[in-house]
Amino acid sequence: MAKKIESAYKKRVDGRAFDELRPIKAKVGVIPSADGSAMYQSGKTRAIAVVRGPRTLHPKHMENPQRGVLRVTYQMMAFSVWDRIKPGTSRRSQEIGKVSEWALGEIVDLDAFPNSVVDVIIQIPQADAGTRVAGINAAVMALAQAGVPMKEMISAIAVGKMDKTLVVDVNKEEEDFEEGEGPTDVPIAITSKSNEIALLQLDGKMSIPELKELIKMAKVACKKINDIQTKALKEPGKEITG
Amino acid sequence: MEERKIVVPGETIIQGEEFLPGDGTRREDKDVVANRYGLAEVSDKLVRVIPLSGVYTPRRGNVIIGKIVNMNYRGWVVDFGTHNNGFLNVAEYPRFINKGELKEYLTFGDVICAKVFSADDTSVDLSVKLRGFGRLNGGQLITINPNKVPRVIGKEGSMVHLIKAATGCEITVGQNGIIWVKSSKVEDELNAKKIINFISENSFVSGLTEKVEEYIKKDLKLEIKDIPKPEPFVEPEFREERNFRDDRGFRGGFRGDRQ
Repeated sequence: MAKKIESAYKKRVDGRAFDELRPIKAKVGVIPSADGSAMYQSGKTRAIAVVRGPRTLHPKHMENPQRGVLRVTYQMMAFSVWDRIKPGTSRRSQEIGKVSEWALGEIVDLDAFPNSVVDVIIQIPQADAGTRVAGINAAVMALAQAGVPMKEMISAIAVGKMDKTLVVDVNKEEEDFEEGEGPTDVPIAITSKSNEIALLQLDGKMSIPELKELIKMAKVACKKINDIQTKALKEPGKEITG
Repeated sequence: MEERKIVVPGETIIQGEEFLPGDGTRREDKDVVANRYGLAEVSDKLVRVIPLSGVYTPRRGNVIIGKIVNMNYRGWVVDFGTHNNGFLNVAEYPRFINKGELKEYLTFGDVICAKVFSADDTSVDLSVKLRGFGRLNGGQLITINPNKVPRVIGKEGSMVHLIKAATGCEITVGQNGIIWVKSSKVEDELNAKKIINFISENSFVSGLTEKVEEYIKKDLKLEIKDIPKPEPFVEPEFREERNFRDDRGFRGGFRGDRQ
């Protein structure tokens, strides 16, 4: 065992263990008019995802005659954070929509729907860090409920490093931790069956052994999240807590 | 048939090399794995996933109700709520239509009832050649979730028969979730609409027929008249392959051009 590393981050602000997840709530079928919809809540972060389609794609120049197109839009509601956030598309929301699209694109199989689109709309009514992973978790449940052919499921989690301490499921207060090396946030999405990485983002400094350790921790956490997603899908309309 | 259970994508339904992966499943080594969300069914050796939700996928032989959204020289384009529109060829109309006279038979905005005679990923071909198909005049359209259509039809059309007996409406149920009701009185149509919405809201209840009968008698205060059950409709077989050479005269012109 390596010698204990001195870190400025000794105890988590909300009293959780370093590898403990925030309380999770998941529900499938929250919006009756949609083809598929789901809610995923982790602590104070809440995401609602709606799936419409496969349907006719507009604008037409985006059409692909070989396979269907997946289009993900991510948006934070104006009241989701303490300061009002300007509604509408921003550079940040476009980026998150795009990375979620790539992650979900790994599992959906739209070969049977050429020239059409599957629209995924992710809305964040309440944000407390880790919104993109909450969005992906909700979107994958909504896609499944919409009956879109998929190879497997995805679960996502934001792991991170506070000074030198590795933690799972970072919240907003931790994200603002400033001492030592400061906070590093790593959103990771893992597929359920093949256990592969579908999304990994990293802003900040990190050594390779630390990153390897974080991926290990994320895989364990994603297993737990996947169990909750599966449970929610098996009992549509019921809120699952875990 | 074994018990059915809900499966999620990527879940192993059954293990063993003797099982055949059917609709919505794939083989992975020895396992049969679900490719989509739904009810897994193992009948004999065939494993398949029955969709519980999602959009309607057209299949050969389905009856659908749709609207004409476009026309060209060889037929009509029909929108019936799927990702690609259906096409109704002039040759699939019950009578011969001269060039440029398509508009006189069916035109933009007309609602038709048609049969799917071929469907694949890229195109859906429709036909109105059989009795009872074609333009729907008057009446109302009701849209429900396509996954609930089997409950509205009932066992061998029993539920539709019940609605007809209670309201006296003419009813056509499209597999795509669009239902057409028509009666001489608007009240009858509205009552039929209420009953259909009741069925689609309570589609998961067991003993649905009794519940619906109770709803008709108590809530809507209608009496269920004794009307004769229709003769079981024997479907005429569709021609598997169409030989367009037979339909054409000299140098490929339509037969009717020489009249």
